[in-house]
Amino acid sequence: MIPDDRKYTQEHEWVQMEGDVGTIGVTDFAANELGDVVFVELPEVGAEFSQGDTVGTIESVKAVADLFLPVSGEIVAINEAVVDGPELVNTEAMDDGWLLKVKLTDPSEVDALMDADAYGKLTES
Amino acid sequence: MSESTELRTTPLTAWHRQHGARMVPFAGYEMPVQYAGVLAEHAAVREKVGLFDITHMGEIHVTGAGAEVWLDSLITNRVTGAAIGKVTYTAMCRENGGVLDDMLIYHLAAEHWLVVCNAANHAKIAAWLDSHLPPAEVALNDASFETALIAVQGPDSRELLGRLAAVAPHNDRIAELEFYHAFTIEGPGGEWIVSRTGYTGEHGYELYLPNGDAVAAWEELMTKGEDLGVAPIGLAARDTLRFEVCYCLYGHELAEDITPLEAGIGWAMRLKKKEFIGREFLVRQKADGVPRKLVCLEMTGRGIARQDARVLRDGEDVGYVTSGTFSPTLKKALAMALVRSDVPEGDLVVDVRGRPLACRTVAFPFLSARTKGDPRAERTLS
Repeated sequence: MIPDDRKYTQEHEWVQMEGDVGTIGVTDFAANELGDVVFVELPEVGAEFSQGDTVGTIESVKAVADLFLPVSGEIVAINEAVVDGPELVNTEAMDDGWLLKVKLTDPSEVDALMDADAYGKLTES
Repeated sequence: MSESTELRTTPLTAWHRQHGARMVPFAGYEMPVQYAGVLAEHAAVREKVGLFDITHMGEIHVTGAGAEVWLDSLITNRVTGAAIGKVTYTAMCRENGGVLDDMLIYHLAAEHWLVVCNAANHAKIAAWLDSHLPPAEVALNDASFETALIAVQGPDSRELLGRLAAVAPHNDRIAELEFYHAFTIEGPGGEWIVSRTGYTGEHGYELYLPNGDAVAAWEELMTKGEDLGVAPIGLAARDTLRFEVCYCLYGHELAEDITPLEAGIGWAMRLKKKEFIGREFLVRQKADGVPRKLVCLEMTGRGIARQDARVLRDGEDVGYVTSGTFSPTLKKALAMALVRSDVPEGDLVVDVRGRPLACRTVAFPFLSARTKGDPRAERTLS
């Protein structure tokens, strides 16, 4: 089941809001597609980005995936545990494998993202 | 090849699909790229034993009086004089020294040789052999589409192979079989070749068998190897396994614009042979100095260098990465690169998608092979 407590993007990322801060990660689907993740590069805390900017990379043994920021804002935290142990992206994509936290410039950007139902349909097709 | 072209299957394709393999197009075949995951599969081969379906490889039989002399006119290494049962690794080159393919040549029986080439180059090599008109008494028989190939690789490969009903009566021969040697046995559906070869750097075997015998043999290996922890291994781990021990992969370290001398497989060349295609160029290149060399790199910065990334020294482009990945055994990002011969050992930079990644040259290979001697010998690490 796809958790309905957050929003999703076409790029297989999730955003979970708490106040005006969104926690961002990649979905189980994306982690599975990538295969064993062995390297994660994340932006500096304090950096500001616009929606759609490339803010990092996730690499498996065979593949490289860009990490797109699904919402505009300032990076307020990164998950050091994932940097030190990239396999968390495979084992805990939706929880402890979160990647970064963003203070949103425009919280309404989240409303336009997909809900769990819509994302479920995307990954089924 | 366009995606709409129908992909070839192997006798084991259905098995792979049923066992959760992720299937990808590869050299015109639909092949398993991974099952449980590349890291787990890689570890299974390094520590236990793994099975690979590599049926996509090309197998061309060359028979008749003078077959070896004709082969020797086309390859860099020498097969004339090889004892029956000997396996020879060689390159086949164009006149300009560029590598058409690397391959194994088996001396199966008197006047009977078997050329085993890469799947991606199979059509090219078959055509090349045809066009270099073998003498009348030499016959070519391309058995690629009737021959299945299963690799059994890892420290427990000998134990597992010996449990196969068709192989068990020959266990004394297996015990004596040296690296790069092979023998034939009678399988249920015809002749099998038991070969002590592989592409992993581990003690291992490759089993050539008629298509019709493949599924039963594979399933028997999976069942009888359960207590050994046998696992099916996809192409992704096949690549990381060969990469760590620095075996060349065609399309990466070998290509038509790379010579065997540049790729570091000069040991598979016999320039003293009077004649072979490419010899003149290679003799000259060796005398004049080889323009490029293959080096091993360890990333010292954070990141992974991938194939085709440029290699820089003091800001100057000196070459490119031929293969690069995260090494599952050594747990660091490593790369092989083809660089100018005058590049000294030491610090270099790889351009990773526009960003500089620091690295340094390290000793070859990253991981020592255990193909001979104790299959669980302690390793020398780069």
